[in-house]
Amino acid sequence: MTEAKLPIISIQNITKRYPGAPVAAVDNVSLDIMPGEFFVLLGPSGCGKTTLLRMIAGFEIPTSGTILIDGQDMAAVPPNKRPVNMVFQSYAVFPHMSVEQNVGYGLRIAGVGGDEISSRVREALELVKLDGLEKRKPDQLSGGQRQRVALARSLVMRPKVLLLDEPLSALDAKLRAQMQFELSDLQDEVGITFVTVTHDQDEALSMAGRIAVMNKGEVAQLATPSDLYEYPANRFVADFVGSVNLFEGKLTLDEPDRAAVDCPGLGKVYLNHGVTGSHGSDVWVALRPEKIYLHVPGEGKAIRAAAQDAPEDHNLARGHIKGMSYLGDITLFEIKLDSGAMIRVSRPNLSRHDQEDFTWDDRVSMHWRADSPVVLLS
Amino acid sequence: MALFNRTPRAPLEYSRTLWLRGWVTAVMVFLYAPLIVLMVFSFNDSKRNVVWRGFSTKYYVKAWNDSTLVEALVNSLTIAALATLFSLVLGTFAAIMLWRFRFPFKGAVDGVMSLPIIVPEICLGVAFLIFFAAIDWPSGLIWPFNLSAITIAHITFCFPFVTMVVRSRLASFNKEQEEAAKDLGASEWQAFRDVLLPHIRPALVAGALLAFTLSLDDFVITFFTAGPDTITFPVKVYSMVRFSVTPVVNAASTVLIILTVVLTALALKYQGVKSIAESH
Amino acid sequence: MAEQNWKENRSSFFASALGPLLWTLVFFIVPMGIVWAYSFGRNAGLTEIDLVGTLDNYKRATEWLYLSIFAKSFGVAAMVTLICLIVGFPVAMAITFASEKWRPWLLLGIMLPFWTNLLVRTYALMMLMGSQGYANKALGGLWGGASWLKTLIGLEPLPTWEPVQLLFNNFAVVFGLVYVHLPFMVLPLYSALDRLDRSLIEASLDLGAGHFRTIMKIVVPLAMPGIFAGVMITLIPALGAYLTPDLMGGTDSQMIANVIERQFKRANDWPFGAALSFMLIYAMFILIALQGLRKKPAETH
Ligand SMILES: Nc1ncnc2c1ncn2[C@@H]1O[C@H](COP(=O)(O)OP(=O)(O)OP(=O)(O)O)[C@@H](O)[C@H]1O
Ligand SMILES: [Mg+2]
Repeated sequence: MTEAKLPIISIQNITKRYPGAPVAAVDNVSLDIMPGEFFVLLGPSGCGKTTLLRMIAGFEIPTSGTILIDGQDMAAVPPNKRPVNMVFQSYAVFPHMSVEQNVGYGLRIAGVGGDEISSRVREALELVKLDGLEKRKPDQLSGGQRQRVALARSLVMRPKVLLLDEPLSALDAKLRAQMQFELSDLQDEVGITFVTVTHDQDEALSMAGRIAVMNKGEVAQLATPSDLYEYPANRFVADFVGSVNLFEGKLTLDEPDRAAVDCPGLGKVYLNHGVTGSHGSDVWVALRPEKIYLHVPGEGKAIRAAAQDAPEDHNLARGHIKGMSYLGDITLFEIKLDSGAMIRVSRPNLSRHDQEDFTWDDRVSMHWRADSPVVLLS
Repeated sequence: MALFNRTPRAPLEYSRTLWLRGWVTAVMVFLYAPLIVLMVFSFNDSKRNVVWRGFSTKYYVKAWNDSTLVEALVNSLTIAALATLFSLVLGTFAAIMLWRFRFPFKGAVDGVMSLPIIVPEICLGVAFLIFFAAIDWPSGLIWPFNLSAITIAHITFCFPFVTMVVRSRLASFNKEQEEAAKDLGASEWQAFRDVLLPHIRPALVAGALLAFTLSLDDFVITFFTAGPDTITFPVKVYSMVRFSVTPVVNAASTVLIILTVVLTALALKYQGVKSIAESH
Repeated sequence: MAEQNWKENRSSFFASALGPLLWTLVFFIVPMGIVWAYSFGRNAGLTEIDLVGTLDNYKRATEWLYLSIFAKSFGVAAMVTLICLIVGFPVAMAITFASEKWRPWLLLGIMLPFWTNLLVRTYALMMLMGSQGYANKALGGLWGGASWLKTLIGLEPLPTWEPVQLLFNNFAVVFGLVYVHLPFMVLPLYSALDRLDRSLIEASLDLGAGHFRTIMKIVVPLAMPGIFAGVMITLIPALGAYLTPDLMGGTDSQMIANVIERQFKRANDWPFGAALSFMLIYAMFILIALQGLRKKPAETH
């Protein structure tokens, strides 16, 4: 193929201001979603995810901006005429209809013939593994099953895009993890574009092809899950996706292939790549807890050996353990640095007795690799 | 009113569709136009009701000087006040009994107690007519004891409404609150007064309003229960409408409408539109 | 929440139960019982009634004349209920989906007439519908307009307008009953619609259904309990209506309540009147039993 693929959904400068609200719920957002993509909108509660999704579905009218679906302007198209279907947060399974009737509802409305309806309904129910429950009423189903009815009801319409508003939020942790895999598999299988809303970062990271992180109605970053985690664009993303230690500092070295930041809280930080930012400017350093190595002081050689990719005195810190929580797979440490700042470090429990290596008030030293810290300008 | 504003309509903003607005407006006109015309023409300076001849309050003066009309109004208000008071007490007790206790034949008691709500007024009226005749209820007593039969009849059909309203409010009461009060040393009565009563207060206001208006409104039952010397306002208006349509009826009706509006406004001021609407 | 056994707290139970139970017994069950007994009695003298246990009154009440009045009352009540439903449903929809600011006021607008004196409302409507009233004037105006339009396109003008008799016929009774009972219908409909999960409506739209189909297939079936409650709350009082047919009806529009009244106030045949009363009460019971037959009993409002 020579020509680039066209976006299936193109959101251009969309703003939504609810009447009477002081700030916009969605503020000048632009996004392109590609066909066949698993796209996730991630953000804290109230950041405007649902509002954006409902504008795509046609239930809210944007205050300004344009939404194109498959190249067509949706401004004058009502929800029942849009080539997208939605799975609601509350599932909105019709309580007075059986599973079969629920799933066949859209097809009956569209005037599809009886035989085709029953075969397509059967197909959709098989897809979501609900075959055998055709005659049940929604109040005889579990939450997860109801969610799958809602999914089948939308999938059976063969929409160009499936919109899912927090599809897994009502499920318990186990079922949720299972459904995350099933949703991903399903999306591979049917090849429909999925746009999913969630405030759960694990869910987003595990399912998404690309993630748009939203904050206060704006898109804070748009990236793949690993980029989002490893290369957050700002403090909000770094903090919201995963956990992070943030330190304020001044850029002291700024060259194309290396950089250094002097942080009063953390000490001297060295990076083996260039950063955007000018010499002497105020920046933040983000360091993930799992990227920090923990040692007993005095194992000096080991430290120097490990930190050899950085100049002397860089990427090192010392402090006392002030808090510890054993989480099974890892142990989390709260460490008070000599500067007085607190830092969080996580350490995998590689053997059964690893958690016994350190305890409260132990003096420890830390180091990290020169490609671990991220320098953030905002 | 933003009848023609241009912002596009979201799918569920049904009340912004033009035809629905037109429909609601038409229904409101249907409901209110007769009342407004009636009120306006109570100030008409003409014996005939239909042509406007200029502003006048003479029919109010006439109504005021019609001693039977004034007496009827006083009777009605007295009966309504008494019936409201008794209905509130009986209705609240009944609601608490049905809400709180398990006892033999509860279903039957519940059913019989709500029967006065569904039995047609005419049947209740007939029953009271026969009942008071059969037991030779004394008539011709001095005021206000001559109203006792009517008041008893009104209490009988009003208090089940209070029960209904209070009971639906009680359903949202968390019994642990009462237990907490007792745990803190309150007696049965103190717990009732300090915890339960404040919770059902909106229902009491709504129930009182309902009982008062039901009593003030009632014609049929009163018509059967009233003796010749105990005229109530609706009975008086009925005979005036029946036998001579005069603007005095308009004036008297206007007074009653305004009374209703004032009562409603008071209840609203006290309780807010929403809770009144909800307890309905 | 568990209810307390009455034996555990006898003093509180009796304190709350005694008043209502006694009152209901003395002033409701006893009077109704006397009516019931009278319905098997016979007139003996001007004020005496013999309780002879005869079924004659019921025989007479099931004669064609009275059965037809029953049937007619039922027909009128059913028609009134249907009209109230058709008129009231969109109003309930409008209130449900109105903005937060408007909703209480619309509700109040529906409830205020409900609180206004029935007789006053009936009288107000009669005033408007009289042969000299404004309804007639408006119709006359329309007629004149139509006539003028006809002359405009070169046709003969219509004959001059004769005021129509809007009052004192069956139409007036139905119209008056609709006027009086409309708020009864709207309130339970509103409370049922308000409980409806909006995302169900959105889901239906999302799956391609238009607004009309969504209302017929999703909203109406789910609002059924409210619709039944509204129907009962309208049908039962309309069936027993006395005042409206009495004031607004003609000689041929008497309903069952008017016939009952006549037995007591004019014909002075109390046993027969008692029998008719109980026939009406039995009819109510049948209606309520029919409603109870539905799988999920509709909550009473
Ligand atoms: N119908 C409405 N009227 C007024 N304000 C609204 C309305 N719906 C949402 N909002 C406001 O718009 C903002 C964004 O809401 P939205 O529902 O899009 O958040 P969200 O990101 O989906 O949050 P959550 O994760 O809690 O579902 C919030 O501040 C919310 O209060
Ligand atoms: Mg949301």
